[in-house]
Amino acid sequence: MIDLSTTLGNAWFPSPLFTASGCASSGKELAQFIDLREIGAVVTKSVMSKARYGRPTPRMAETPSGMINSIGLQGPGIDEFLTHDLPWLVSQRARVIVSIAGETVEEYATLARKVRSAPGISALEVNISCPNVENRGLVFACDPDASRRVIDGVRKTLGGELPIIAKLSPDVTDLVSIAKGVVDAGADGLALINTVLSMVINLDTMRPHLGGKTGGLSGPAIRPIAVRAIYQVHEALPTVPILGMGGVASGRDALELILAGAKGVSVGTASFGDPAAIISIQNELKELLKIRGFTSVAQAVGFAHRPNEIEGA
Amino acid sequence: MGQINKYSSRIVATVVSNKRVGQYHQILLNVGEMVNNCKPGNFVAIKVGGENAKMILRRAFAISRVSMTGPYGGSMELIVAPFGQGSKWLCSQIEGSSIDLIAPLGTAFGIPTEPVRALLVGGGYGSAPLFGLAEVLKNRGCRVDMYLGASTGGKIYAPMEGKRSVNVLRIYTEDGSMGERGRVTEPIPGLIADGLVDVIYSCGPMPMLQAISEIVAGSDVVHQCAVEESMACGVGICMTCVLPVSDSDGHVAMKRSCIDGPVMDGAHVLWDLVGKVPEVHP
Repeated sequence: MIDLSTTLGNAWFPSPLFTASGCASSGKELAQFIDLREIGAVVTKSVMSKARYGRPTPRMAETPSGMINSIGLQGPGIDEFLTHDLPWLVSQRARVIVSIAGETVEEYATLARKVRSAPGISALEVNISCPNVENRGLVFACDPDASRRVIDGVRKTLGGELPIIAKLSPDVTDLVSIAKGVVDAGADGLALINTVLSMVINLDTMRPHLGGKTGGLSGPAIRPIAVRAIYQVHEALPTVPILGMGGVASGRDALELILAGAKGVSVGTASFGDPAAIISIQNELKELLKIRGFTSVAQAVGFAHRPNEIEGA
Repeated sequence: MGQINKYSSRIVATVVSNKRVGQYHQILLNVGEMVNNCKPGNFVAIKVGGENAKMILRRAFAISRVSMTGPYGGSMELIVAPFGQGSKWLCSQIEGSSIDLIAPLGTAFGIPTEPVRALLVGGGYGSAPLFGLAEVLKNRGCRVDMYLGASTGGKIYAPMEGKRSVNVLRIYTEDGSMGERGRVTEPIPGLIADGLVDVIYSCGPMPMLQAISEIVAGSDVVHQCAVEESMACGVGICMTCVLPVSDSDGHVAMKRSCIDGPVMDGAHVLWDLVGKVPEVHP
């Protein structure tokens, strides 16, 4: 038996496999293909205070082993989400990590206040790194000080019970310093990585293909970036739990992120190609852990950081 | 928010046959019992490129027709134009190949309970799902006229066996190389003025669907159209295939063409805002 259970802060999950925010809508569609109770948790699409149309179409372009998207946080707004989407997930007995996104420090705090009183939530993901916003200056996770202020505001509003997971961007010069900043400000865990800012130019129109011009790259193309980010941050902050994500499409990929230091792994773009991908990945992971002699996920977390055993020693 | 087609499931199907028909491929897949839940207008999402493909997204194709009878049991017909990398791969799959697919997805064309006079309008290979629809309408006692249009004759898909289900088939090409010269939308105002049509079913490029919606506006003619927007997932989780749609209260929402479509009421789509973001707040 392999113990697949994991923790993020004080939240316990029976499996280390999660959906990725923005890649599962609010869970209902995936439930047509998988049993939501079998995975660690559903991480919901980042929700803002008000309903939002998002960015113009085209919103997507496939790239080699990846895709770029510019959805722009289309969503129903927090009130509608808490009235309809969340109770449905809770009624299915799915574990839920609610993801929030705001345009100001105050908006994040307001969202946290509303989420605090909702039952059935395991943790709060604070998405400070969505690349698809009009003003790149508003990507909090690109600025150490702004990142800290958002997490500080959420922590103060939320009190100490619900774990806060700060979702960070790989598009920064010094990820470790931003990670340290948000942990100091009260984040219990880190979600690494959000999509990578990118662009595709359409050769027919000879203009940027996406309506929003730039988008976020996801899929296997970015997996090595995720592995690097997780490895660097785990090395600097070995006690801080990391929810890893970025191009995971197989059990092998999930194990790679775990070895780099992730306690949980989110599956995002792979679900677009196969809505049951998360279940196959979970089964493959279990097998790969067994083959390597691990009896639990916990034993494998950060294993890549151990020094080489010296031959003959 | 609409709900995912409750009959959708993922299966591995076998290619029964793959024939070239002009510029298109007619691909027949053995899908078994799934055909019982496939309706005209529904689509299928197919994994392309094989095991180690760098193409990570499924490709959506309209289901052209399904048949329960035949030597292989339930089969699904697709009409595919080998233009992109994914469709080229699908068209290269020989008899006996395995195809990973999810179906049936999306909404279906509404079938009237009373016999009506139906006009089916197809642009390019948009005609594919209309032949399956024509059979269903014909069996309900409807009069079925079909108008197909394309830039040139080579892009018209109109198989001989499909013609059996329609009363009148007219073809329009912009270069005059097949049928009448002109656009397929040109005769529609006359038909409406003469009261010869109750319902228009359309499938094809978005500008054609928009033109038909504008023609029927103000008349009693119902226009059901199958929209085209590029999709990443086909199952409602990626939010890329949205377009602005108003409900009966005039409330505008960005609806997913994979869940609330592909078949939509043309009168509800805000065609001028496709590719834009509404200025009013949601």
